[in-house]
Amino acid sequence: MHPLADSELRQHESISRLRHGFELKRRDFFKLLGGGLVVGVASLHAPAQESGARIKSRPETPETLDSWLHIGDTGQITAFTGKVEVGQNVRTSLAQQVAEELRVPLSSVQMIMGDTELTPYDMGTFGSRTTPQMGMQLRKAAASARAVLIRLAGRKWQVPEAELAADNGRIRHAGSSRQITYAELMSGKQLTEAILDDPPLTVPEHWKVASRPAPKANGRDFVTGAHKYTSDIALPGMREGRVIRPDAFHAKLVSCDTNQAERLPDITAVRDGNFVGVVASDRAAAERAAAAVRAQWDAPAQPSETELFAYLRSHVVDSSDSRDDQYVTGSIEQVRGEAAKSLKETYTVAYIAHVPLEPRAAVADWKEGKLTVWTGTQRPFGVREELASTFHLRQDHVRVIVPDTGSAYGGKHTGEAAVEAARLAKAAGKPVKLVWTREEEFTWAYFRPSGVIDISSGAKADGSLLYWAHDNYNSGPSAMRTPYEVPNQRIAFHESETPLRQGSYRSLAAAANHFARESHMDELAHALKIDPLEFRLKNLKDERLRAALQAAAGKLGWKASSATPTRGFGIACGFEKGGYVATCAEISVEHNQVRIVRVVEAFDCGAVVNPQGLKNQIAGAVMQGLGGALFEAIHFENGRILNAHLADYRVPRFSDAPRIDVVLIDRKDQPSMGAGETPLVGIAPAVANAIFSATGIRIRSMPLVPGGLPTNKTDKASLSGAASNSLHGHLS
Amino acid sequence: MAFSLLVNGVERIAEVSPDESLLNVLRDHLELTGTKYGCGEGQCGACTVLVEGSSVRSCRMKVSAANGKKITTIEGLARGNRLHPVQQSFLDVEAFQCGYCTPGMILSAVALLERTPHPTEKQIIAHMNGNVCRCGTYQRIVEAVQRAASSTSRRTQDASPR
Repeated sequence: MHPLADSELRQHESISRLRHGFELKRRDFFKLLGGGLVVGVASLHAPAQESGARIKSRPETPETLDSWLHIGDTGQITAFTGKVEVGQNVRTSLAQQVAEELRVPLSSVQMIMGDTELTPYDMGTFGSRTTPQMGMQLRKAAASARAVLIRLAGRKWQVPEAELAADNGRIRHAGSSRQITYAELMSGKQLTEAILDDPPLTVPEHWKVASRPAPKANGRDFVTGAHKYTSDIALPGMREGRVIRPDAFHAKLVSCDTNQAERLPDITAVRDGNFVGVVASDRAAAERAAAAVRAQWDAPAQPSETELFAYLRSHVVDSSDSRDDQYVTGSIEQVRGEAAKSLKETYTVAYIAHVPLEPRAAVADWKEGKLTVWTGTQRPFGVREELASTFHLRQDHVRVIVPDTGSAYGGKHTGEAAVEAARLAKAAGKPVKLVWTREEEFTWAYFRPSGVIDISSGAKADGSLLYWAHDNYNSGPSAMRTPYEVPNQRIAFHESETPLRQGSYRSLAAAANHFARESHMDELAHALKIDPLEFRLKNLKDERLRAALQAAAGKLGWKASSATPTRGFGIACGFEKGGYVATCAEISVEHNQVRIVRVVEAFDCGAVVNPQGLKNQIAGAVMQGLGGALFEAIHFENGRILNAHLADYRVPRFSDAPRIDVVLIDRKDQPSMGAGETPLVGIAPAVANAIFSATGIRIRSMPLVPGGLPTNKTDKASLSGAASNSLHGHLS
Repeated sequence: MAFSLLVNGVERIAEVSPDESLLNVLRDHLELTGTKYGCGEGQCGACTVLVEGSSVRSCRMKVSAANGKKITTIEGLARGNRLHPVQQSFLDVEAFQCGYCTPGMILSAVALLERTPHPTEKQIIAHMNGNVCRCGTYQRIVEAVQRAASSTSRRTQDASPR
């Protein structure tokens, strides 16, 4: 398994691998799509292949096919992927890559996504893997298809393939004026071909469709309200469900009286173990019925927020012997005495919520023992497995379809709403829609893990790093390793028991680990009286990260930016999931309130596929990261969430939005990598560092300023000799 | 009880309880699902519609309060194939990512431009601050509203008699 995926999955729940892929039979395919050419990976009843996996052998007559691409006899091109669209705009960027390799206009490519019956098995849309893995897979399929088309035309005209080229949906012959459209070539044919091991891929320098801004696929449907999210789907005879939730986590149902609810007209009540739900004609009726259910719960005493960080330290469940969780080089003990400056600090991050604007939703429909569920999830095949095991069904009797979804941010890996809707639909004998309330989403989904991070470091007087120790309790191992050159390191992740249910969140622990590391780098720079940018560059060899840092600092005008008590500047950088990021933040301080005025972010994710969508992803990641940086936090006590409402849980709004300047570093010589996550990791430390530059206050907890700047003088007193004016201000 | 709503220029009758929310009536009874549920508490703006030209959180308005009133939802903005200038500018600027907040954003912007055809950036931010875009597309949404304001004024000038 891919190491990223491993840590991603491990961090939200243990989810076993899918055992069998569903295989669409060859003849079903042509029945579905009409004649033409199908390019894919032959299954031959082998275990399902994960997206991106290769099969070397080339079977003669594949009975079943994991299909990736179809060129119809009308010239319509359809590409298939188990990835889902949740606002990251991969429906567009993947289509661009298919169009590129097939030499067709973008408009002739249609993407079929996230449907377990139609698309090849895929582990899920997470880990920023869609662009590097799925993009490459579809490029290979499309380039293989182009090779087939050229071969067919060569045979038809009896000319060497070298004289033929694909261009604008046609094969042209260089030596004559002959040309033929793909549709004409496909006419009357039903061909299946395997993806070539080494297809003739187009290098990014020659891209004409990819690398250019492309408008969002079906963009018009989003501005007219025509797009159907899961919660908008209506089936004939469909009913609406509602689940009755316990008043605390881990509660057991003691008693339940549904009589009053069932006296309301047209209500089905369901009690199954700890699960209580109702089904009614519409949402309002379901709410009324749910309110009429009398349920009593018994919940155990549980840890509260006040003791959280001590709890995480004292409840380590695994001292992490796993390779991914530890890294040691050199010996910190041997060099500790040689450090001219040494620091030891602790950083914390709170639990935060994803708050996807579309809450969890599902529509479940049973027909003759088979189950179809529409739901917004990042793991359609994982949810299929959940449903199959919950209801004791064969995998191929369950179909999960993911309509383009109202965002996820790592928060929709699981299938709670799907399972609940299916249970209710089974009881009602009719299709059931279940849409979680915002309060349910805030309470019964999972959270970005909280964590405690200890860093101790030492540097020589010339500013070169000597040792670095980084211990992360509970928040996660992602991007724990420092990108700086440090001869002596000890890096470790310690998994803890978690008071709240936790899981994936955009960038995983990379945000927390970058917050700690990049804050600490800033502290060390100030202790050494070296400009924070200069200090980073001094200890950084990686050319791409250096380039990102210099690009961001140059665009901001770092050298000329002098901090004052009311204006601060901070910088941070990092590397994760193939992306290099550098973030500069400019903040203002007025009446003890911090506002982010301007953010400059430079980002390098290799060859850019769609600059339009990429800029949206980067600016969006900065905005989302800004919430966790400044004020977002879940408050809880004894198994209850105290701020499960938008009125009590602050998310970034228009008035919080700084001017965001995005600097794209388009590396056409490097493979295209994902961009949904890494652009988020720099904002919190950049802001923390900017606050310090203005005020001399070092804040080591995320969120930084939930109630404004700390006024407690001890915060300032704890600073080891930092000037209230920023050092880099003095140096510039 | 039966309530009569003038929705997107068409009279619609809903047989519902008087305390049912306008949002539920639009989505569940009138099949107008472009208006979204986001929080049910008037905090996110995803359910924004126009009632007599003003932006209203439909999750917080009882259907009885909307009885007999003129209501515009996202489905009622375009004229045939021609998008409303605000819709067009959101599309042109690509002022959305997942798109779930977009109908509410567009209707809030339409209400603003009706009253303030040339809003300053500050006025846009103040008016739109009740609408959440969790994907964080705020900068582009402001740009889209500004672009719609200038395109609307051009059109009005072109169309106005000399």
